[in-house]
Parts: sequence; C-alpha cells; structure tokens
Amino acid sequence: MRGFWKLTFIELKLLLREPLAAFFTLIFPVMMLFLFGAIYGNTPTPFFAGQGFVDAMVPAYAAMIIATSSIMSLSIHMADSRERGVLRRYRATPLRPLAVLGGQVIPIFLMTLMGMVILIAAGVLVYHLKMPADGLSVLGGFVLSCLSFFALGFVLAAVMPTARSAQVVAMVLYYPMIFLSGSSIPREVLPQGVRSVARFLPLTPVVNLLRALWKGDGWSGHLGDVLFLAGVFVVGSVVAARTFRWE
Amino acid sequence: MNPEPVIFVRNLRKTYGDVKAADGVDFDVRPNEIFGMVGPNGAGKTTTIECVEGLRTPDGGEIRALGLDPHRDGHAFREKVGVQLQESQLQSRIRVWEVLDLFASFYGKPVAWEPLLRRLGLEEKRRAPFAKLSGGQKQRLFIALALVNDPQLIFFDELSTGLDPQARRAMWDLVCGVRDDGKTIVLTTHFMEEAERLCDRVAILDHGKIIALDTPENLIRGLGAENRVVFTSDKELPVEALQALPGVKRVERIGERLIVYGADDRLVMDVVNYLSTSRVKFRDLRTEQASLEDVFLTLTGRVMRD
Repeated sequence: MRGFWKLTFIELKLLLREPLAAFFTLIFPVMMLFLFGAIYGNTPTPFFAGQGFVDAMVPAYAAMIIATSSIMSLSIHMADSRERGVLRRYRATPLRPLAVLGGQVIPIFLMTLMGMVILIAAGVLVYHLKMPADGLSVLGGFVLSCLSFFALGFVLAAVMPTARSAQVVAMVLYYPMIFLSGSSIPREVLPQGVRSVARFLPLTPVVNLLRALWKGDGWSGHLGDVLFLAGVFVVGSVVAARTFRWE
Repeated sequence: MNPEPVIFVRNLRKTYGDVKAADGVDFDVRPNEIFGMVGPNGAGKTTTIECVEGLRTPDGGEIRALGLDPHRDGHAFREKVGVQLQESQLQSRIRVWEVLDLFASFYGKPVAWEPLLRRLGLEEKRRAPFAKLSGGQKQRLFIALALVNDPQLIFFDELSTGLDPQARRAMWDLVCGVRDDGKTIVLTTHFMEEAERLCDRVAILDHGKIIALDTPENLIRGLGAENRVVFTSDKELPVEALQALPGVKRVERIGERLIVYGADDRLVMDVVNYLSTSRVKFRDLRTEQASLEDVFLTLTGRVMRD
C-alpha cells in the first residue's frame, strides 16, 4: 500500500481546506444544535417519547453529516478530480487502484467522524447529552450508514458528466432529503403525509437506525433499515464499480 | 548494430467510433534521444503516446517499451517511466510541495524532491496552491512530477501549449537538460519550431499514420526544399550573373528586392561572396530556410495550424 497513507493524509487536508465542505460537515450541525437546543432545551418530553430534544436529535444530525459528506463533498470532489485529470495522473503512476479508492474513502470517513465527534462534544458540554449505553452499536450503525451513502456518492460522481452537474444534482437530492428524512427537522414535527413519502428516501433509514441505536434499542427491531442500508451499499458499490471512469 | 530500442511500436491501431486515431503506426525510439511526434490536432499523437504509456489499450499491434509490455506489465512499467499528460490539472488547493511529496511516495525509489524543486525554479512557490500558479509554473511542476521517480523514459504531451514564447524557450532548455542526464524523451507538439529545435528525430503524423520520420535536417533536405536569400539593392542588378552561380536555381526580382533560390547550404556564402567581389551595394540581406512547417505543407498539402 505504498503511497496510500500519504494520499489519505493529503486528501483529508484538501477536504478540510474546502470551506463549504468543512463548514457544512463540522460547523453547521453544531449551529443547528445550538439554535434548536436554545429553543427546546433537553428536558425529556412525551413529544420525543420521553427523550429530550438534544438526546433525540444528535443522532439525527449525525445522519445529516453523513449525507453532507457523501452526497455533497465526496461526489463533487470525485467528479472534480476526474474532470481535472487528477485520477488519470494517479493512474500513470504505480499507485494501485484500490489505494486510489481508499485514499478517497478513508479521508471522507474521517471527516464525517470528526463532524460527529464535534457534534457529540458540543451536546455533552452544553446540553448534558445522554451518551448511548452501547456505543459500539452506534458506531456500527454509523459505519454501515457511511458505507451505504459513500457508495451512493461514488455512483453520483460516476454518472455525472462534470463536477458542475454533480453539484447541481447533489443539491437537488440533498436538500429535500435532509428536510424530509427527519435528519434536520425532527420527524415528529413532520405531517403524516410527508413522513409516508419520506419512508422511501435513503436517508430515512439512517435517521431511524441511528436514533434507535442511540436510545438503546437493539438491532433486531430495525432489521428492515439495516437490510435496506446493506442493500444500498452492495448495489451502489456494484453500480459505482461498473460506471467508474478514470477520465 | 543499432542499440536495442527503448520503445518498439509495430502496426499500432486504435479506433474511436469511425475515427482511426492510430492506423498502423510503426516506430522505434533509441536510447537517450528526444523523439518528437508532430502533427495537427486530431492527427493521433496523443492516442499513440497514451497507448505507449499504457493508459490506453490499443485495438491491435505490438508495443514494447523498456523491455516491457506497457499493458500487461503496467505496474512495473509505470515504476520506470515519467509522464506529463496533456491538459492535466491538479486539485486547486493542493500545495506545490505536497504534490511532490505525494507523488514521490507512489514510487519505490523516488529522488529527493527538494533539489528537483530548485532545479525547476519552483522553490519560491513551494507553499503556493496549484490554482495560484502560472501556466509555465504548472507545466514545470508537471515536469518535476515526471522526474520524481528518476525514470529512464519520459513522455511529454504538448508540454508548451498555452505558454508564452519566453516560457516556451525556458521549457526547451529544461527538456534538453533532462536529456543530458541520460534519459530518453518522447514528446508531442504541434509547434513545428519546437520539434525542429528540440528533437533528434521527428515523426510527422496525419490521420493516424506516420507520414514521415527522420531527423529534422533530413526531413527538410529530403523535401528538396529551397533556401532563399533575400536582399535589397538600388543598383541595377546582375540577375544573369547570380543565376549562373553554382547552386542557384533561379532568381526572382520584385522591385528593388531580389530573391535567390537554391538548395545548397552554401547559398548565402556564394551570394554574399559574389556581391562583395563585384562591389554591388546591398542591404537588408536575410536568408529564409525551409522548415518542418514546409515539410508538413508539402506532405499533406495543408498548413499545420488551421
């Protein structure tokens, strides 16, 4: 894996240097938390089935971070690298294709993780966020959601002819998804009609799974979400591999 | 005996749709030479060079380079060659030193990149992001990347396109310097002057075929192309006497200007000698030599830049 770690490190630096990506991944979720936390606080309420607003919404915001890094950052960055000829230039070196792939996936995962850690830290410090009893389960759900959405990001990058069109399509997919899936506006607030449509958005199972695992539910009650995300990961990876272009 | 060629290409074919980008290309590249491919846009230069680089899979034909098959032995091959790709960009926010550090890490035996940075005059720019570099600086950075693995064989595809004349000349010196280090260079260009100045041998491509391949001098000489001596004189000129000189083909007169045509390299000397011995006053004397541009025009009936 010669070159792989260096590539990973540089790609991570490049992600952090992208002002929009850095803002929406690392800062914006915390701003949402502070804004709505200031309004609703974190006292348990029947409206969130006995949870406080912050306890219920931190895992939902984590879903929003995942959508931001994959649908926005990853797909646009990949399409841009291809359009500039960066991928083609990598291909003219002994760098293995798997290292090129890993050099994109690991940094975006680390960036997503960073966003989540900052969000959790802010929640704990300011609102006494209740940490999950089974942290590993939450981490597992987080990784599964990331894999599934990164695959979607790669598909988007591959099928879009240019970075510009990837950006447009990413926006069109991203905004309705984060508003309707319950990842930014609590699903409890959404009208029933919207919620039944939102069931078919790929981000909705992420919100459901992460909220449930955070709250302490077991995996068994959410096999549907898990299967859906695993399916998106498998199908997305196959389609991404088939449609991938170096140039 | 000729030494083993560094690159050996026979009957290379590559088609895109109905376009035959490479239509039976044959050539050898010898050790330590600068081998140029010239031709108009769409002649098949880039297709050919990228097939040899292993970036494109040819539809047919045989390619050996550095004793390897660039496709089958791609990994080992890429370890030993340097490439500069046509119209390539890097991420806008990556810094110059990071690019070198990154690409050096891809190779088994990279050179120290700090001296490379100095040699290419990029030291002051080491912390500059790629997007802030000028066209010439970007190209120099790409040359640095092509040298970072100390390759035996280097490909430059349209190295000087988009550069101003001064930057282009500086680029030529760099390329010659690289050759003097003992490396073999293959380059494509659509500047005939560049090919003429830099290359030991030039292949002229048109419609996916090599239509001529030789040293620039031989290509020009092979045309039987004429050299011209042009000068101005107020005096009545002895046109017949000039015409009688050895090596002079014909003499043309336009007002006060006289154009003497001949194929001989000694043409200028003969004409000037004659003029001074017969005490003819002349001014604005210049010579016009046939160039590769003329070779291309003669071979294809078209000008290069259309």
